[in-house]
Amino acid sequence: MASKTTETAHGAAEAAHGGGSAMPQLDFSTFSNQIFWLVVTLVVIYLILSRVALPRIAAVLAERQGTITNDLAAAEDLKAKAVEAEKAYNKALADARAEAQRIAAETRAEIQAGLDEAIAKADAEIAEKTAESEKAIAEIKAGALESVAVVAKDTAAEIVTALGGKADADGVAAAVTEQMKG
Amino acid sequence: MGKIFFYVVLAVVMVSGLLFAPEHAGLAIHPMDQFVVSSMFGDHVGMFSITNATVWLALAVLSTFALLVLGSSRRAIVPGRAQSVAELTYGFIYKMVEDVAGKDAVKFFPYIMTLFIFILMSNSLALIPMSFSPTSHIAVTAILAALVFITVTVVGFVKNGVGFLGLFWVSSAPLPLRPILAIIEVISYFVRPVSHSIRLAGNIMAGHAVLKVFAGFAGALGLFSFFPIFAITAVYALEVLVAFIQAYVFTILTCVYLKDALHPSH
Repeated sequence: MASKTTETAHGAAEAAHGGGSAMPQLDFSTFSNQIFWLVVTLVVIYLILSRVALPRIAAVLAERQGTITNDLAAAEDLKAKAVEAEKAYNKALADARAEAQRIAAETRAEIQAGLDEAIAKADAEIAEKTAESEKAIAEIKAGALESVAVVAKDTAAEIVTALGGKADADGVAAAVTEQMKG
Repeated sequence: MGKIFFYVVLAVVMVSGLLFAPEHAGLAIHPMDQFVVSSMFGDHVGMFSITNATVWLALAVLSTFALLVLGSSRRAIVPGRAQSVAELTYGFIYKMVEDVAGKDAVKFFPYIMTLFIFILMSNSLALIPMSFSPTSHIAVTAILAALVFITVTVVGFVKNGVGFLGLFWVSSAPLPLRPILAIIEVISYFVRPVSHSIRLAGNIMAGHAVLKVFAGFAGALGLFSFFPIFAITAVYALEVLVAFIQAYVFTILTCVYLKDALHPSH
C-alpha cells in the first residue's frame, strides 16, 4: 500500500516535468522550445565562425605559411650568396696563385738569363786564364828542364871531382845529356 | 578468505539495496531526470521560454566564442595554448572535409565546422556535473541530422540534376540485381538521418543515464560506495572519449554524405 502510494507520487512527479513519459526526450511539448533555441544557437555559431573565427584562423595559418616560405626563400638566397662568395674567393685565390707563379717564372727566367750570362763570361775568363796559365807553365817547364840539365851537369862534375876523378866538363855534359835522354 | 568475505558482503549489500529500493530513501535513482527540460523562469515551457536547455546551448556558444575567437585574438605567428587548440580544430576539420568530401566541398567547411564545434562543445559541457546535455535530446539531433540530410539532397540535385539518382543505380552490379539494389539503396538513404541522429542522442543519453545509476548506488551503499564511485570514474573517462568520438563520427558521416552528393558515382 505504502509502496503503491510512492509509485503514484513518483508517477505524478514525472508527469509534472516529463509530460507523462518516462523519457523526457519524448516529451513533445518541449520540442518547439528546443528546436527554436537550437536553430538560434546554430545560426549564432555559424555567424561567429564564418564571419570572425574561421577567416582569422585561416589568415593566421596563411601568414605563418608565408613567413615560413619567406624565411626559407631568404635562407636559400643567403646560401646562394655564400656559394657565390666562396666561388669568388676561390677564383681570387686561383688568380693570385697564377699571378704568383707567373711572377716567379719571370723572375726565375730573368735570374737564369743573368746567371747564364755571368757563367758564359766566367767561362770565357776561365778559358783565357787557363790558356795564359798553360803558356806560363810551358815556359816554366822549359825553363825548369834547362835548369835541371845545368844542375845535373854541375852536380855530376862535383860528384866526379869528389870521387877523386878529373872532371872533364865536355865528357860530363855529354854523359849527363845521354842519361837524361834515356 | 578476507577477499571472499568482502565480496559476499558487497553482494549482499547491493542485492538488499536493490530489493528494498522503494522503502530506502537513499536509493532514489531517477536517471532520466537530468534530461528534463524545465523553464528557468516560471513553470510553463513555451517556444521562446528560457529553459535549462537554452542556458546550456548559450554556454556552448560562449565556449565556442572563447576558444575560436578569443583564443585566436592575438593572431600570433607562434601560437599560444588556446590558439593552438583553435588551429588544430580548424586543421582537423578542414583536412577531414578536404580528404573525405573532396576539394570542391571546402565551401561547406564553415557549415561542417559549425556542426562539429556545436556537438563537441555540447557534449563536453554536458560532462560537467548537474549540467544539461542538449545532444542527448532526439529533438536536437534530429534537427541536426535533418539539416544535413536536406542540405545533402538539395546539393546533390543542384550539382548533378537527375544524375544524382545514379547514386541508387549500382551500375557495377549485374543488371538483374540493380532494381533490388536500388530499393535497398533508397531505403538506406532515407535511414541515414535516423541513424545519424539516434546514434548521437543514444550515446550521450545512455552514458549519462549510466553515470546517474551508479551515482544512485553510491548514495545508497554507504561504506561500500567506493565501488560505484570507481565505476563512475571509469564510465566518466569513457564518456569523455565518447563526447569527442560522437562529434567526430557525426562530422565525418556528414562529409561522407556530402561526398555522395557531390560525386554520386559508386
